[in-house]
Amino acid sequence: MSDSDGAQMRAVPALEAKGLGLSWDEGAHMVAEGIDLHVGSGEVVCLVGRSGCGKTTILHALAGLTRPVEGHVLLNGVDVTGTPGQVSYMLQKDLLLRNLRIVDNASLPLVLSGMPRKEARARASALFAQFGLEGTQELWPSQLSGGMKQRAAFLRTYLMGNDVVLLDEPFSALDAITRYELRTWYVRMAAELGIASLVITHDVDEAVSLASRVMVLAGSPSEGRPSRLVGEVLVDRMQDAVDFSVTHAYVDAKREIMMLLG
Amino acid sequence: MSSMLHDAKRIWVPTVTMGILLVTWEFVVRVGLIPNFLLPSPTQVVSAFIEDFPLLVGHAAATLGEAALGLVLGVLIGFVVAVLMDRFEPVGLALNPLVTISQTVPPVAIAPLLVLWFGYGILPKVLLVALTTFFPVTVSLFGGFQSVDRDLVDLMRTMRATEVQIFWHVKLPAAAEEFFSGLRISATYAIVGAVIAEWLGGFSGLGVYMTRVRKSFGYDRMFACIALISACSLGLMRLVDLAEYMCLPWRRAERK
Repeated sequence: MSDSDGAQMRAVPALEAKGLGLSWDEGAHMVAEGIDLHVGSGEVVCLVGRSGCGKTTILHALAGLTRPVEGHVLLNGVDVTGTPGQVSYMLQKDLLLRNLRIVDNASLPLVLSGMPRKEARARASALFAQFGLEGTQELWPSQLSGGMKQRAAFLRTYLMGNDVVLLDEPFSALDAITRYELRTWYVRMAAELGIASLVITHDVDEAVSLASRVMVLAGSPSEGRPSRLVGEVLVDRMQDAVDFSVTHAYVDAKREIMMLLG
Repeated sequence: MSSMLHDAKRIWVPTVTMGILLVTWEFVVRVGLIPNFLLPSPTQVVSAFIEDFPLLVGHAAATLGEAALGLVLGVLIGFVVAVLMDRFEPVGLALNPLVTISQTVPPVAIAPLLVLWFGYGILPKVLLVALTTFFPVTVSLFGGFQSVDRDLVDLMRTMRATEVQIFWHVKLPAAAEEFFSGLRISATYAIVGAVIAEWLGGFSGLGVYMTRVRKSFGYDRMFACIALISACSLGLMRLVDLAEYMCLPWRRAERK
């Protein structure tokens, strides 16, 4: 995308879903209906819902891995419904390949797109310090802590070269302190890199501590009630607040979300 | 320190056990508890081994050659079958029972047929080895391919990876470990398969040698031959271990 698009980008959200309807069985039973959402550049938006309400199904549709039965997915205004490889994707599991060194794992998207291995390694390696991974280039994934593995997974995600990242409970497998550190780190990195992030989680705390806007999804598809978006909560996050999680803004946002979840 | 002691234990306990067994065997034969014409003593076996060494080396070379050729063929067939079974679901469903059935047929039963069809040359031996070795390879590779995390494949797709790239970067490395466990089993089958095929007709090989010494009641030489067959199998297994060590460097980091 050229620089002249810059002004336009602010008007058109990086990622937009219009009237998404999703089903596990070709429309016989709906999982979610009428999903409208948008994420702007540098923004972190969370989608919160109970387990089994179809969050991951929505994520798969946004990633283009499955096709919705209704609606469209737009990327910078362009319809990409059902096309994988347009947005990046990060899960709770780091999904690093254990047979590749960290630098090779991180540079995998570049190698897959045809870049020579040496060049790809050099490009990835140059970003290791910025991502807090200095000195781990030649290690194997088994030699890294959980938090470091997620950093490496995020570097790989970033090197996919897309400006939209979907995250499925990205930090929930980590211990409490690392989780806290990585959330803060992620919000800073996403803003720094101008990445639009949509985080999907069932953890209200994760949502409030990551997002500036939280969308609440409710419903019970297994009981025949497709999930819908029932509300949006703006999180008034104070930049650089050392401990945002004990502020009134945090608690208010959390209470509001819990009420919407029912 | 305690782990070093433990490592030492792992060597001396089996060594001492082996030593006790051999001494008991020697004693039982020397004293005459078991008649010597039925069971040679370990020292007799060793001297028979030394006496027939040049002959044994020649036959062992023939057997190892057949085993290696058959193993390579078996691995190639196993690889192709496993890839097809994984890539095309109907092929997997169709071949799964056939692959298993092929293993329930005892090699001793097919060997005479192979000799009948393909003569006394090297071909029936190589085929029998291939037939007995392809199964562990197929099963381990297929299992390895199927064990790949769905999420990992999805992730590769979001990275715009092609089918070939997913196979090369994800499936093949994931199956590599299980492949080597299968190959280790195949390696032992290979020597045994070659020897069985040689029993039923041939001009050289440890199986041929065994048949000859058995007919001339040279039980000491027979035992020497059995020991050599074991040694060959062990050697081949060690080679597989070495290949695994070289091919899977990340395993070394994980073991630490």
